Amino acid sequence: MATARTPADLTAGTRGGIGESVLRPDGTLKVTGEFAYASDLWHEDMLWGFTLRSPHAHARILSADVSAALATPGVYAVLTHDDLPAATRYGLEIQDTPVLADGVVRYHGEPVALVAADHPETARRAAARIRIAYEELPVVHDEESATAPGAPLLHPARDDSHAAHVPHPNVVHRQPVVRGDVAAARARAAAVVTGDYEVGMQDQAFLGPESGLAVPAEDGGVDLYIATQWLHADLRQIAPVLGLPEDKVRMTLSGVGGAFGGREDLSMQAHACLLALRTGKPVKMVYNRFESFFGHVHRHPARLHYEHGASSDGRLLYVKARILLDGGAYASSSPAVVGNAASLAVGPYVVDHVDVEALALYTNNPPCGAMRGFGAVQACFAYEAQMDRLADRLGLDPVEFRQRNAMAQGAVMPTGQVVDAPAPVAELLRRVKARPLPPERPWETAGGGPDIRALPGGLSNTTHGEGVVRGVGYAVGIKNVGFSEGFDDYSTARVRLEVTAGQPVATVHTAMAEVGQGGVTVHAQIARTELGVTRVVLQPADTRVGSAGSTSASRQTYVTGGAVRHACRAVREKVLALGRARFGAYHPAWAHAGLLLEGGKVTTDAGEVLAGLAEVLEDEAVDVECEWRHRPTEPFDLRTGRGNGHVQYSFAAHRAVVDVDTELGLVKVVELACAQDVGKAMNPLAVTGQIQGGTTQGLGLAVMEEIVVSADGLVRNPSFTDYLIPTILDTPAIPVDILELADEHAPYGLRGAGEAPTLSATPAVVAAIRAATGLPLGRVPVRPEHLTGT
Amino acid sequence: MRTPSDDPVRPIEKRTPMEFLRPGSWEEALAAKAEHPAAVPIAGGTDVMVEINFDQRRPEHLLDLNRIGDLYEWETEGDEIRLGASVPYTRIMEELRAELPGLALAAHTVGSPQIRNRGGVGGNLGAASPAGDSHPPLLAAGAQVEAASVRGTRLIPAEEFYTGVKRNALAPDELIRAVRIARADGPQQFSKVGTRNAMVIAVCAFSLALHPRTRTVRTGIGSAAPTPVRARAAEDFLTAALDEGGCWESGRPLPPSAARQFAELAAGACNPIDDVRGSARYRRHAVAVMARRTLGWTWDAYRGGERGERCA
Amino acid sequence: MRVNLTVNGRPRQADDVWEGESLLYVLRERLGLPGSKNACEQGECGSCTVRLDGVPVCACLVAAGQAEGREVVTVEGLATGGDGTELSVVQQAFTDAGAVQCGFCTPGLLVAADELIRRNPGPSDADIREALSGNLCRCTGYEMILDAVRLAAARAGEAG
Repeated sequence: MATARTPADLTAGTRGGIGESVLRPDGTLKVTGEFAYASDLWHEDMLWGFTLRSPHAHARILSADVSAALATPGVYAVLTHDDLPAATRYGLEIQDTPVLADGVVRYHGEPVALVAADHPETARRAAARIRIAYEELPVVHDEESATAPGAPLLHPARDDSHAAHVPHPNVVHRQPVVRGDVAAARARAAAVVTGDYEVGMQDQAFLGPESGLAVPAEDGGVDLYIATQWLHADLRQIAPVLGLPEDKVRMTLSGVGGAFGGREDLSMQAHACLLALRTGKPVKMVYNRFESFFGHVHRHPARLHYEHGASSDGRLLYVKARILLDGGAYASSSPAVVGNAASLAVGPYVVDHVDVEALALYTNNPPCGAMRGFGAVQACFAYEAQMDRLADRLGLDPVEFRQRNAMAQGAVMPTGQVVDAPAPVAELLRRVKARPLPPERPWETAGGGPDIRALPGGLSNTTHGEGVVRGVGYAVGIKNVGFSEGFDDYSTARVRLEVTAGQPVATVHTAMAEVGQGGVTVHAQIARTELGVTRVVLQPADTRVGSAGSTSASRQTYVTGGAVRHACRAVREKVLALGRARFGAYHPAWAHAGLLLEGGKVTTDAGEVLAGLAEVLEDEAVDVECEWRHRPTEPFDLRTGRGNGHVQYSFAAHRAVVDVDTELGLVKVVELACAQDVGKAMNPLAVTGQIQGGTTQGLGLAVMEEIVVSADGLVRNPSFTDYLIPTILDTPAIPVDILELADEHAPYGLRGAGEAPTLSATPAVVAAIRAATGLPLGRVPVRPEHLTGT
Repeated sequence: MRTPSDDPVRPIEKRTPMEFLRPGSWEEALAAKAEHPAAVPIAGGTDVMVEINFDQRRPEHLLDLNRIGDLYEWETEGDEIRLGASVPYTRIMEELRAELPGLALAAHTVGSPQIRNRGGVGGNLGAASPAGDSHPPLLAAGAQVEAASVRGTRLIPAEEFYTGVKRNALAPDELIRAVRIARADGPQQFSKVGTRNAMVIAVCAFSLALHPRTRTVRTGIGSAAPTPVRARAAEDFLTAALDEGGCWESGRPLPPSAARQFAELAAGACNPIDDVRGSARYRRHAVAVMARRTLGWTWDAYRGGERGERCA
Repeated sequence: MRVNLTVNGRPRQADDVWEGESLLYVLRERLGLPGSKNACEQGECGSCTVRLDGVPVCACLVAAGQAEGREVVTVEGLATGGDGTELSVVQQAFTDAGAVQCGFCTPGLLVAADELIRRNPGPSDADIREALSGNLCRCTGYEMILDAVRLAAARAGEAG
């Protein structure tokens, strides 16, 4: 491993600091079943909330009769749009999402009414008695129907910041990126390939369903215990809906059973609060799996058209691309997804001539928004397929061709932004390629009979080796880290240092949503490293402290980690000032700069102990709350896409080895090796787990995961029976090779790591399937029908 | 104001009324079913509870069969296995691999280990989903469903049991006591296509049983028609081909053309639909591939160990 | 209706149970044992895996009334030691190996893995994968879950 430019010496002497595979602080609670997830919450006298949802993708609500529901014994409240007390819409960026349907439903499953009752079954029965009369409207389901003359407008009275520049009101946002002269480059190209690609609608499929408990307070406010990715963004959206000032809405993070982007938008947060305030009783809402598929946004399905041109010596000359994303009925994160897709459309390659257009549509399909790697995942599938085809056309090895065009530190993005941190794209590819290949025919046993668990089809006993062909494929991707395009992306941390029972104890308080990624582990590690203490107490995340931003965009270790470090350093300066005041007269070294806190003591950089923290602090507590923000970014120019839009880039490469039953079209991924640069492995065990998990979600998109939506906008597979995610028998060995090339702009040199592995896993698997079958395969997930021509 | 205004009195009748019947014996179960013909039997719960959890079904009576020990037993009666309706798939896999190899292979593909620990053939038959994993091997083995009521017991051949999509030949007062399946007299196979390597509902499935004693073959196809079906034309063709070629005696390899024709005829027996799990074309194609492969595996087994052992 | 059952060795009683409730609902909402998780309620994820008379099953698919008189072991019953405060070998291995991220699948996996290594003290990787193929995890990619079960089996073997 390369060494990061970190003050490694600082960590010496304090166990459990950064760089160690410290175990999760919540691990014991999670293995004993005591960890309280949002759906586990319980309150005396609580009611159960239930949501009535639209059975249509697009319809006018002619009337709503809730009298029978309200008369149901055990029912305490029934709410429709007419009952909303204040703001009736919300949204992450654009406030276009009705709290409850406002006379029109725009997607299948849109919330129409709420019920609170004393048992979930009572609530369900009451909801079934609500009579809604719908008049179905024509459904907008693709670009053609969205932009046809006379097409129904999803949001006819748009006044958002993108409304003025979009080519059609059913386009949420459009972002071009143009650089150089594509026409001239095309004239020089020795090889040109064009391709059309399609990415299906993937679901986050976090296992912990949407849930929360809202408890009305005596001051007229509400306390909400909730599984979310961003407490303060929720708060900013909920408070206006409740008609309450933000300080009357107190939010506490409960246990979160995974997120992956799917909890960035509100689900039942406002609903539970509305019911609690209406009934004066605590209200718990828990979606079941069926409802969960309607209760959160999904990954944008995409259609991508690419044209690549290269010189005869294998240099990329130009890339022309059009990326069409389906945003569904409401905006959610669509503008940011468009920005990512446009700015990362050519991948981690040096290309001087670029003409890219990315846009997201409003349709009557399910709303799409954040999911791990958004915008970049869709583009990576397409550009990596193009790279393989171009290499093939030029007669070059696909890895060699990529390496020849790989960007490196100092490269210029199509947006004009200079990549000013390490970009080891060629090296990542070299590493996955250099790894020994797994043995062929792994199903053969010493006993003679095949072990069907190692074959495509697995336990289903579809082949004993017949028709099985091996394939190997490679891919590499680029993802931005943090919020981009000029967003003020900051985090807040509060750190307190005091002496308890003779021992220095650091308390870290942030509003960061721990969704499983291990941010809490890393924050404690940072506090240990910076303050030289062993004992760190993590306060529950809540809105008593400032925003920590979203647990998304691979940003929490970077930004909230940065805030914790910043706060710790401020605490350290105060401690040293205290020490100087108390003991400075006794030892000249107190006047030196560069004193350290280490092993519960103040030491010089030479290791001389000046005082114990207990002596310095006595009964005083040093307490600092501060905000920290990464380098500012700029919006992309709306015409050219120029701008320093991103704060950091993250890179991963995969090599996939697959066995394909070419006759039945079934795939077994045999190995999915990953190499990733994480800048600094703050916690090697945790970051490896992130990479393996992200890789597996990419595998799922490659071969099985898709929400199927019919042409009339109806979701056809909202269950774990028909929306399949990989089991342990679908998931291969995932060897991980971690590079640590420090980004000097980031805390400890680290690089956001959570998303990059989700990008390249998908195209690597599909490249391997192409290698095994010789089929072009322009769509994911690859289905048996695609492999068998049926 | 939509909150009920005068609510201090707590309501009594609120949830969907449902009665949970717990017969302690088979006779009690039959009597309960006779009294409440619409009662939904529940054993492993792997179908019924999903429908209840997702609010797709609200029966007035649930008829719990868990306390009826007889349903969890299997016994040998001559050349036949009488398999209690609730013997879980896990035990079929572990205890009946030699006697009922086709069904044991199918049992191994059902859901997950947890589902296999609870679910049994009775539930599969009761639900009569075309995708039920046990149907193809039951058809191929020539099983008979033992249906009982207070009026008496009757045996329904498997191919007459499935009457439509999720419909079966049971009378409203009948329960499935057992399935009677001939002990295998030759190799049997089962294959199922799903788009995941475990825990998957069949896109389509195929089962083949060689019956050397009668010199016949039988098949079963799942999830490729409104009901589970036999590929009768394929069976007839293969039975004739094996007979004419003297193959049963010689144990010679099958000509590829015969295997191909068998596969085509099997595909021809399908009447599939396009749905979210797979296209009709793919289902036909996959059934053909599975038919060819399972024929290869069973015939190789017959030619090899199994026939040799028998001859010796 | 009333349901009597033994949970983690203790006789328990739940009153006012609606007949359509699952064992999972009774455990979570009536007996104060929310460790078994409600991820899919359709037997497709294994998060609610409990042992029913010793056998791993999905608690979401057991009707509450079917649990009458039966013995149930949940994740809350895995910890050992006199007062149940010492982690079992499988629990310890899951924390040590990094097999826990969001943790929502963990209780079900622990019950399934615990049963596996009791039944098969030296499982091969293929055995582990097959035994856990009914337990979905969305965070880890399963590698560290495999590590954890290998580790648990090795430690259990050492402990004799």
